[in-house]
Amino acid sequence: MPIHEKTLIRPENLRVQESLEIDGVDVSGHWSTFIESRAITDYNEAIEDEVAALPGGEYIHRCWQCGSCTNSCTVNAINAEFNPRHWIYLVRIGMESELLRDKEIIWQCVSCNKCTYACPRDVNPEGVMKSLAHWLELKGHTEKSPAQHFDEVFAGQVFATGKIEEGRIIRAFFARTGQALRQDWLMVMAKRLVRHLPLKMMIAMGIGTMFQPKTRGWGRARAAIAEHIAEQKARERKALGLTD
Amino acid sequence: MSAKYQKVGYYPGCALEGTGHAYNRSTKALGKKLGLDLVEVKNWNCCGAMEVKNIDPKLQSYLSSRVMSIAANEMGLDTVMAPCNGCYHNLKKAEYDLANDPATIETVEKLSGKAGHKAYQAEQVETIHALDWIKQAIGEDGIRERVKNSLSGLKIANYYGCMYTRPRHIFPEKDQGGDSESTLQPHYMDDLLAAAGAEIVDYPLKTACCGGAHTLADSDISTKLVLNLLRTAETCGADVIATECPTCHSGLEMHQIRAETEFQQKTKPVILYFTQLLGLALGVKPKKLGIHENISDALPLLKSRNLA
Repeated sequence: MPIHEKTLIRPENLRVQESLEIDGVDVSGHWSTFIESRAITDYNEAIEDEVAALPGGEYIHRCWQCGSCTNSCTVNAINAEFNPRHWIYLVRIGMESELLRDKEIIWQCVSCNKCTYACPRDVNPEGVMKSLAHWLELKGHTEKSPAQHFDEVFAGQVFATGKIEEGRIIRAFFARTGQALRQDWLMVMAKRLVRHLPLKMMIAMGIGTMFQPKTRGWGRARAAIAEHIAEQKARERKALGLTD
Repeated sequence: MSAKYQKVGYYPGCALEGTGHAYNRSTKALGKKLGLDLVEVKNWNCCGAMEVKNIDPKLQSYLSSRVMSIAANEMGLDTVMAPCNGCYHNLKKAEYDLANDPATIETVEKLSGKAGHKAYQAEQVETIHALDWIKQAIGEDGIRERVKNSLSGLKIANYYGCMYTRPRHIFPEKDQGGDSESTLQPHYMDDLLAAAGAEIVDYPLKTACCGGAHTLADSDISTKLVLNLLRTAETCGADVIATECPTCHSGLEMHQIRAETEFQQKTKPVILYFTQLLGLALGVKPKKLGIHENISDALPLLKSRNLA
């Protein structure tokens, strides 16, 4: 599949004159489209190191721009604007303003790891997408994405009790992102789920949701994880030059 | 058949105690029917799923290593079998990092010490998937000998998803030629279900993604991906999509319904765990395999083929 590449020419820089004559030559209309030249001076040379300091981004420097990641990408097949190769390029040359044009879709990586499988340089593009999404959020360029909310709800339960219970995750995620729990398709799903179930089992399932599953004696692990996360977060903020 | 994997540590994971209940039930029923011994790992914890690594990959390695540590150091097991692709993948990833990455070793040792258990050391246990377990412990010949109700006439597309084969480096035993599993064209499920008499259709999306990571966070992309999997299976002539992962399975079920209710796209294939299909072929009762617990209703199809 050919890779759809992004144009670096911004639509707002295209100039088409309805009627213009220069030195006796008519340059009106589409055939005489001009591109306003621009000089890029605002390179941010710190981005690559910052992305590399966040988990997943460590090997971004290995990339030699072959495009295997974009070529194999699940999300690129749905949305051609989703282009890991292009973003790695922008990060490495420090074109922050170009990168920010795509800031609202970078979190959409589905972690299928097709890119990591295809990458001949072990860049771990999947990890780079995560570190990039994380960078955008830490730098205040984006709000927390729905995926970030989901990760936090999910990981929060794991860290607290050692296990998760899906019902709790769904409720907590919908509440956090302001979505109604009564989605039509969820209702249809619930109806189909109980279609063949004996009453005894439905009651058991209902009771089951009242008890949160837990790993016994998790307290010490919970404290150790909390300490680790605090250290990790402080390291990340320092690497990005952020102060509280 | 070899005596390999006759007794294995069983790590069901969180999903198999929730939406993947039918997979848990059918895996246990299948083990019982085949005389294989499943010893559940005591007081296990979540492997980190697909979310913890986005907070910090080393924490995911710690969580997975704790499960392997209990199996090895507290139970004396040499094998851990995980039916969930997520658990299987994460344990393999932790195993790889603990053999190769000093920073991960340091974090795991520090956290294990503080949490009060022995730190897991690389190669203490071998992590296998439920497919490896049946394939090695029983094999196609073993299945063929034991078939009571052949799945003949049932057209199956086998769906393995992402985490069973990618990234390649955490699965050093795959792609070794001979009868080893392939990361590009996995075939263990095909082999086993074909031995049970099913007609395996040539399904090009075996290892495509169902969007499971963002099943709720970005539902429209997940629905598009799942719809593609379902439509392609339909085009290939499949009656059934066989799964070997609770996240893929519930993703397919959920977004089949979402495609129907939100986008008016109805698709026919029913979704069953490979353990349910093998169990049926070996004569286990559908109830014992949790077929009535699936959201995707396979009972009319199975009844019409005299399989339920």
